[in-house]
Parts: sequence; C-alpha cells; structure tokens
Amino acid sequence: MSFVLNYPVPRIDQVGLEERAASFKKRSIKNEAKAVGLKMAVSMMDLTTLEGADTKGKVSRLCRKARQPMAKRYDCPPCGAVCVYPNQVAHAVEELDGSSIPVASVATGFPSGQYPLKLRLADVKDAVQSGAQEIDMVISRGNFLEGRLAEVSDEISAVKEACGKAHLKVIFETGELQTYDNVRLVSQLAIEAGGDFIKTSTGKVSPAATLPVTLVMLETVRDHFLKTGKRIGVKPAGGIRTAKEALQFLVMVKETLGDDWLTPDLFRFGASSLLGDVELQLAKLIDGNYQSADYFSKS
Amino acid sequence: MDKKKHHLKFGSSLSYAPAPETTPVPLKKQYELFINGEFVAPQSGSYFNSVNPATGKRLARIAKAEESDINLAVKSARRAYEKVWGPMPPAERGKYLFRIARIIQEKARELAILESMDGGKPIKESRDVDLPLVAAHFFYYAGWADKLKYAFPGKDPRPLGVAGQVIPWNFPLLMAAWKIAPALACGNTVVLKPAETTSITAMHLAEIFQDAGLPPGVVNIVSGAGETGAALVEHDDVDKIAFTGSTAVGKRIAQSVAGTPKKLTLELGGKAANIVFDDCTIDQAVEGVINGIYFNQGHVCCAGSRLLIQESIHDDFVARLSRRIETLRVGDPLDKNTDIGAINSKAQLKRITELVKTGEEEGAELHTSSCRIPEEGFWHRPSFFTGVTSSHRVAREEIFGPVLSIMTFRTPAEAVSLANDTCYGLSAGIWTDKGSKIFSIADQLKAGVIWANTFNKFDPTSPFGGYKESGFGREGGVQGLSAYLS
Repeated sequence: MSFVLNYPVPRIDQVGLEERAASFKKRSIKNEAKAVGLKMAVSMMDLTTLEGADTKGKVSRLCRKARQPMAKRYDCPPCGAVCVYPNQVAHAVEELDGSSIPVASVATGFPSGQYPLKLRLADVKDAVQSGAQEIDMVISRGNFLEGRLAEVSDEISAVKEACGKAHLKVIFETGELQTYDNVRLVSQLAIEAGGDFIKTSTGKVSPAATLPVTLVMLETVRDHFLKTGKRIGVKPAGGIRTAKEALQFLVMVKETLGDDWLTPDLFRFGASSLLGDVELQLAKLIDGNYQSADYFSKS
Repeated sequence: MDKKKHHLKFGSSLSYAPAPETTPVPLKKQYELFINGEFVAPQSGSYFNSVNPATGKRLARIAKAEESDINLAVKSARRAYEKVWGPMPPAERGKYLFRIARIIQEKARELAILESMDGGKPIKESRDVDLPLVAAHFFYYAGWADKLKYAFPGKDPRPLGVAGQVIPWNFPLLMAAWKIAPALACGNTVVLKPAETTSITAMHLAEIFQDAGLPPGVVNIVSGAGETGAALVEHDDVDKIAFTGSTAVGKRIAQSVAGTPKKLTLELGGKAANIVFDDCTIDQAVEGVINGIYFNQGHVCCAGSRLLIQESIHDDFVARLSRRIETLRVGDPLDKNTDIGAINSKAQLKRITELVKTGEEEGAELHTSSCRIPEEGFWHRPSFFTGVTSSHRVAREEIFGPVLSIMTFRTPAEAVSLANDTCYGLSAGIWTDKGSKIFSIADQLKAGVIWANTFNKFDPTSPFGGYKESGFGREGGVQGLSAYLS
C-alpha cells in the first residue's frame, strides 16, 4: 500500500534552492545587529558532546559552560540545552539542577539508527526516565531510502509516544539522504508523524547542516504552519563552526519564517565548537579590535 | 483541516543595522566630453545636472554635447579608424581590450559605488552583477579580436568603420561594455552617447581607456540628452548605429536611418511572460518571479513583467508572492542589505505611477509591499496586479518599474497564446519540473531569450536580442560580432 501524507510535498529545484540559500550570505550584519544575533545564537545553542570518550568530568564542564557560556562582561544568556548520550543524562541533569537549561539526549541507536525498533524505543524511554527533556532521535535512513515510508512514519510516532512529555527532535542525516526532494519529503513526514523539531544531522556524517538543506526544512515548517497553525522547530546541527555562519542561518530563519521562530523554543543550533568564535566576535564588538583566538576557550 | 488564516510576522526581531558601503570614490564636480583621447569642455559651454535618485540632489554637472561636438567626435573616430585602429594587427587590438578588462576589475568597487550613486541600483547588484559582467564582456570579446575569420569561416570579415552607439540608463556601464567591446574587437571605432541621467560611470570608463593607453579617438564619449543622440544618429559619417532603449525612440532611429547606408541594430523594450505551470518547483519559481520583476527596480528591458500562472496554483502562488515582497528591503542603494533601490529618475517614477493608476482604473487589483520608503528621492514599493486581462494597459505597455501584472491560464496552449499576445518579444521564462514541457513550450514562444527555471541570467557568450518591436540584431556571443562586421 502506498503511503499518503496529509499535505502536499512540493518538488525542489536544486539550482534555484542553492541560489536562494546563498543570497542570505550576502546580508551584512554589523554592530548592534551583530551583537543581538550572536547572543541569540548562544541562547539557541545545544551545547553538545557525543563521544565514546565522554566522561562525567567532561559533561560537568559542558554543563557549567552552558550556564555561563562566557565571561560576565559579555552579558550573554545561557545556552539552549546540553546534548549528551543517554548514559550521561542523569549526571547532566544533576549538574544543571536549579537552571532552566534542559538536557537533551540523542537516542534510538544514535548515530546509525540500525537497531531493532524494540531496542531503540527502550533507548528513548531510558533517556527520558533519566531526566532528558528533549530527545534527538535518528530515523532509519535505510527504511527511508528503500521507500518504506510508512515504517519511518510509524517509528517516529512510536518514539514520540515513548517520549511522553519530552520534546522530540527528529534527525534526518540529510548527508545520507542526499537530494533536496528527499529532505522535503522526510521533513513533511516527520512533522505529520509528531516530531516537535526537525534536525539536519547527527554531526557524524559530512555534509551536515548546510544552508540549502536547512532552507528546505524551514520552508516545510513554514508551509505547515500556514496550513495548520502548528509551529515546528528546526535544528541545523554539525559543521557550523563560525559566528558568521550562525548569523547566516539566523538571517535565513528571519526572512523565511519571521520573528516568531527567532527563539530557542523553535530554532536551535547543534554545535560543539561554535561558542569560541562567537565569544571572539563579541569581544571584538566591545573592544574594537580582534584578539588572538588563543585568548578564547575552545572547549 | 484548520480553516483559520495563519500569518508569518516579519517584524523587528534581529533587525539589520545600516551597512552602508563606505569606500571613498573619486566623484568629480564636473564631467567633460571625451573626444580624441582627452576630456574637453563642450563648445557651447553648457552643462546639465546628474541627480542622485536616492536623494533627488545633484551629484555632478555633465557636459552637454551639441552638433559641433558630435562632429569633432566623429571626425576623431574616423581618423583613428583609418590611421590607427583599422590597420592595427588584430592581436594588438585584443591586448588593449584585455588591458581594459583588467583595469575594470581592479576598479570594480569604486565603479560599482558610482553606478549605484548615479543610477539608484542597489550596491549588491552593481557589485555582484553589473561590474563582473562588464569585465567579462571585455575579456570575452578581447579573445575574439584575432579570431574573427574562425568565427565566420570562408568569409573575410571586415570592420564597418565608425559606430555610433546610444545606450540607456538602466545598466549604464554594462550597456557601454556590450556596445564598445564587440565594436572594438571587430576593428571599428566608437562614438558613444550615455543616457542623460547616468553619464558619470561612462566618463570613468573613459579614464580607464586613457589608463590602458587606448589610442586617441578609438572611443569617444559624448554626453547629452535626446538631441545629442539624434545628432549622432543622423551624422553622415557614421557607418553603424547601435541603440538600446525605448521602442518609441527606436522607431524614430529606424526612420532616420532608413535610406542611408548605415547599418542598424536595435535592442528595445519588452513585456516578457514568465509562465508558471502547476508542476513547477513552487518556492524556486517564486524566487525566479521576484528576481524577474524586481531586479534593478524592474528597470530591465527583459524583465518578466507579465506573470502567467496556471489557474490551479494561482491563489497559492499569489499568497507566496505577497509574503515574499514583505521581506524585500527597499532603501538606500549603497546599503549592502538593500534589495530594491531608487527609481532612476523623477520622470520614470511619474511614468510608473501613471501606469499603475491605469491598472487600478481598468479594474486590476493592486498588491503592494507594506515597507516604508524614504521621504526624499524617487521610490516605488514592489507591487503586483492580480486580475489583469490582456487588454489592460499594464499587460500591454512596458512599465519599466517594480510592478508585475498577473494573469492566469488553463492549458499550455493558452499559456503560449497569452505569452505571444504582445507587440514585444525580447524574453520569456518557463517554470516546470518537466524537461520535455520546457522544450515544447520554448519552441512556440516568440522571444529572443528564453529562460527555463531561472531568469535574468546573462553571459557574454550568449546572444541577446528581440523579436518584433523588441528590436533586431543580437548582442553577445559570436552573433554579437556580426553586428560590427561586413
């Protein structure tokens, strides 16, 4: 039986899409606009560590950094969330106690998703029980590429149910789906299946979060909102390393979805090394000249 | 399904700070005529003002060439043709053109700023579109200079002599490049008349010719208004006339040239159809339509000024356009974030406003961006008409401003007949994800340039020109050479 979505999935022209995405890079964000944008980017940052070598100590450091991302003089808000593996969730929750920063956990056999559904759901429940308020699931790219869309959709719905009150971010691993038509289709599918956020990548596959891929997702969210009034969040993750790139994403959000999406509730960056460059740029705005990158923390 | 209307809010969150281009430019108070390699005062001693359309204030005084000045310019071009440029080995001519192209690249930023100050176009466009194309045209035709016999095998191509060239105000430097580069590559010499409202960058181009050591008289630039152009066109010792501008003036030029041995090419107005089928890639089509009509404030002869939408997607498409024009930024042409700059002149703004008024009077519905526009200078909000019929003036006449006329069609055959229902035939656009449809529709359209799933793409290797009242002759590519050879 063929799988039918409730809303249409328009086709994408690669050349036109990439041209449009590149046009956002031409916006010149200077002075006070730059300061506002950079602090906004920090507030939207899911500060992330996803390594086999993650330890309690590393997670503790990350959590403290999320509370106070940089020196007081920058007057910078805390990060949007801390994102860790399920094993580190309980520790991160403890470290963030008293703050309003949620703990996000990757789950469902991150990053490959190549595990039986039973185990993937158990993975989610475990993370939620440990205190994760946000779950970043990966879809089965294998199922999607085989055209078994109903199974992908059912999986997302099942994970959503397993999440309970936790917010669900659905990771597509767009670098493996390759075409923009695929990204548009999976975005609509994930939204209809119950995802609260749609997210580009795990950060383990390159290319990860590009402007055009994210634009396709923003446009899907826009069209869905205009038809249903439902606001879905978007999270580009992986490969965003400079303040300048972060601003380009924000410009694209502003001009595609408008003011309502310029909030951590509806837009996040998944990034592990972006913060250092943001601090360097903020320092330049205050002090008037660039300092050596050695003066800013890299982890 | 939720029947409530939901709206996106494009407000002040993360509003962009002003980002003006601040590079200093060598703007002069007064510009003279460029004749025989030197800047000379006009014999009558009269000057006119060039106005910054973003402020309405004077930028500089421009020399007004009259018949006696034209005589001098043509004489100097004739002398240069016979003594220097004509006899010069073609490879040497090519070297001058390469040199000019390189100097243009070096001075691209200051030229872009001057172009935006004098003409009102956003710096984003003059910097990223106009100037790169200007240099590309000189590079491209420089390469042809010593290969003409390969372009026309079996023939012995020869230059025509002195070319009189009259160019418009919408792409001042680019049109100068389109005219001058092929003329020189083919061994002709030139007398160029820039448009009255945009002479400044042509005079800076003249300085580049001096810097490049171009022999005196090979290019002469005479500024002035309509009478200056007429004097040049009617001059007995000109062998070739190339004109880009309005169809009305083009007709007068054709009349005056008729019965003389002068060769003529005309690139005139347009009322291009942008045809959007229901199987288009809709968001990219919206972007293409926006680019098609609002690029350079709509001051583009090949602008996609008639939008033909398949009925089944009309409402969705119009809603998307309405949202999109809200995010277009109208204002200071020198701000790097400006999408739509100033209308080139007061007279042009008047013409646009009048035509928009007829659209409303004839029953079309006007949709306009809610953006604020500056109090001084000449501005027009990005706008479009729905409910237009083929008989409305806004569907037939070239508005040459940021105003789009939208009509619907039911079948491909109807789309073609609507698209061809015009006295013009310069360009057209086709939007469909289906390759075979692109070719079958393109085949039936009477337009010189047809873009598929894109719009307003220019390249020096590609010929450009029209059908019917959009003119004749081609500029660009190998075809562009034949307009300057016998």
